[in-house]
Amino acid sequence: MIEIKNVYKKLGGKEVLRGINLEVQDGELMVIMGGSGMGKSVLLKHIIGFLNPDSGDVLVDGVSIPGCSRKELYDIRKGYGVVFQSPALLQSLTIEDNVALPLKEHSDYSADKIGEIVRERLHWVKLYEIEQKLPSELSGGMQKRASLARALTLDPHLMLFDEPATGLDPILTATIAQLIVDLHGRIGFTSIAVSHNMSFSFKIADRIAMLYNGRIVAVGTPDEIRGSSDPFVHDFIHGIAKKE
Amino acid sequence: MDLFEKTGSKILDSLEGVGGTIVTLFRGLYWFKQTIKYRALIFEQMLFCGVESIPVVIVIALFTGMVVALQTGQALARFELEGTIGNVVAASICREMGPVFTAIIVAGRVGSAMAAQLGTMKVSEEIDALEVMSIDPTRYLVMPRVWALLIMLPVLTIFADLIGIIGGGVIARLQIGVSYYTYFDGVMSNLEIKDIYTGMVKAVVFGFSISAVACYQGLHARAGAQGVGRATTRSLVFAFLSILIFDYFISAIFY
Ligand SMILES: Nc1ncnc2c1ncn2[C@@H]1O[C@H](COP(=O)(O)OP(=O)(O)OP(=O)(O)O)[C@@H](O)[C@H]1O
Ligand SMILES: [Mg+2]
Repeated sequence: MIEIKNVYKKLGGKEVLRGINLEVQDGELMVIMGGSGMGKSVLLKHIIGFLNPDSGDVLVDGVSIPGCSRKELYDIRKGYGVVFQSPALLQSLTIEDNVALPLKEHSDYSADKIGEIVRERLHWVKLYEIEQKLPSELSGGMQKRASLARALTLDPHLMLFDEPATGLDPILTATIAQLIVDLHGRIGFTSIAVSHNMSFSFKIADRIAMLYNGRIVAVGTPDEIRGSSDPFVHDFIHGIAKKE
Repeated sequence: MDLFEKTGSKILDSLEGVGGTIVTLFRGLYWFKQTIKYRALIFEQMLFCGVESIPVVIVIALFTGMVVALQTGQALARFELEGTIGNVVAASICREMGPVFTAIIVAGRVGSAMAAQLGTMKVSEEIDALEVMSIDPTRYLVMPRVWALLIMLPVLTIFADLIGIIGGGVIARLQIGVSYYTYFDGVMSNLEIKDIYTGMVKAVVFGFSISAVACYQGLHARAGAQGVGRATTRSLVFAFLSILIFDYFISAIFY
């Protein structure tokens, strides 16, 4: 379970998070929605332990992330799978080596076994015969999927997605959404995804949290959010809907 | 007041940089315990270092030896001491020119490339990705680079010493009129173990400082392409500074 308790964070003189409270249950797929620059990525960085709150606490399975040492964080993060807003693949390694990296670092598997797992993960994200290519030789969408495959190599129990749908065409967006739902069903990880893409979020979410002005203004199932009377939620959904 | 403030914060910045560089170095050294596992990465860095610097080292070492022979040869000839030219050239190259010039070449070609590479990784979130996969960048990136320069700088220095001495010999023969036999006899009979030893100590220390400075600057690059450029420049400047400062102190300790 992930508990975000009254988290405040000021960055560059701006109060980005102003008392965030949110609980994510085990096995739940939570989507945090909010406009650009609202602090979604900043919030995720608190769960990863890249940023510490000015006040408040972030608990992952009862462990306070801001209280962790460097070494403890490294141990905890072995159970995380993180997909960044940018693909963040190592440009000097082939796709195969990128996806294999966590296994090479943290397991004693043989090269054959690692190769097998790598191919399996790449097939999960529908990437075929690109193992020997460098990231720069792939399209943005393919890099994004390779980065998803990499995040899945260690069978994480917590998946964090930062804008998994950006840079993808509508069909791929739908594919990725379906993929996340399938993988979630298969592996049963807890998941927090951050997005401002409406259709994507509504498709994958068990529950949606709306982030606005540094606070969570609404939490609920997609149906509850759709029917929300909160003016911001209404405008946000409506606004995006108008554009699309 | 503004000037004081600016100077003050610059000084604090530099101190923070020095502290951070030392921490980076020690973290890298700590991971030396996993050398075997990362031998492929270390080897790759060593190769990079060699390929990048050997051509320049050859040219610079050759001309350094030639210049030293020419200058000292002419001075010695005035006192009819040109027979000792081998001693002088060998000592000054092994103690001073060899290690320092090699280090400056490596800092310029390899150190700055390391800073640029790590800086690019930093700004494109690759370092964050490593952190998130519980792969300590000081293990995966810093340690192999420290190892590589720790080995390659002494090796390149010995290589530069040899080339420099040979270059000096050629000039001694052609311009000063000293026979090869006299020259190399002077080199061999008067070169002390201590001269070579001091040069090696310098090479090792320079290897540490170049790799640590480059890695620290790269890993702390600020966002954007500008950040990478800045990290590269700073890495060069700080590496040169540390080479000259350490050179002085090591010479002072040994002589
Ligand atoms: N390291 C930092 N230093 C200063 N300000 C920061 C820093 N990181 C983020 N911010 C600020 O915090 C705010 C929220 O940033 P964040 O990246 O979390 O937005 P976001 O909701 O993820 O937006 P997007 O959807 O565009 O990715 C922005 O105004 C940003 O300028
Ligand atoms: Mg973001």
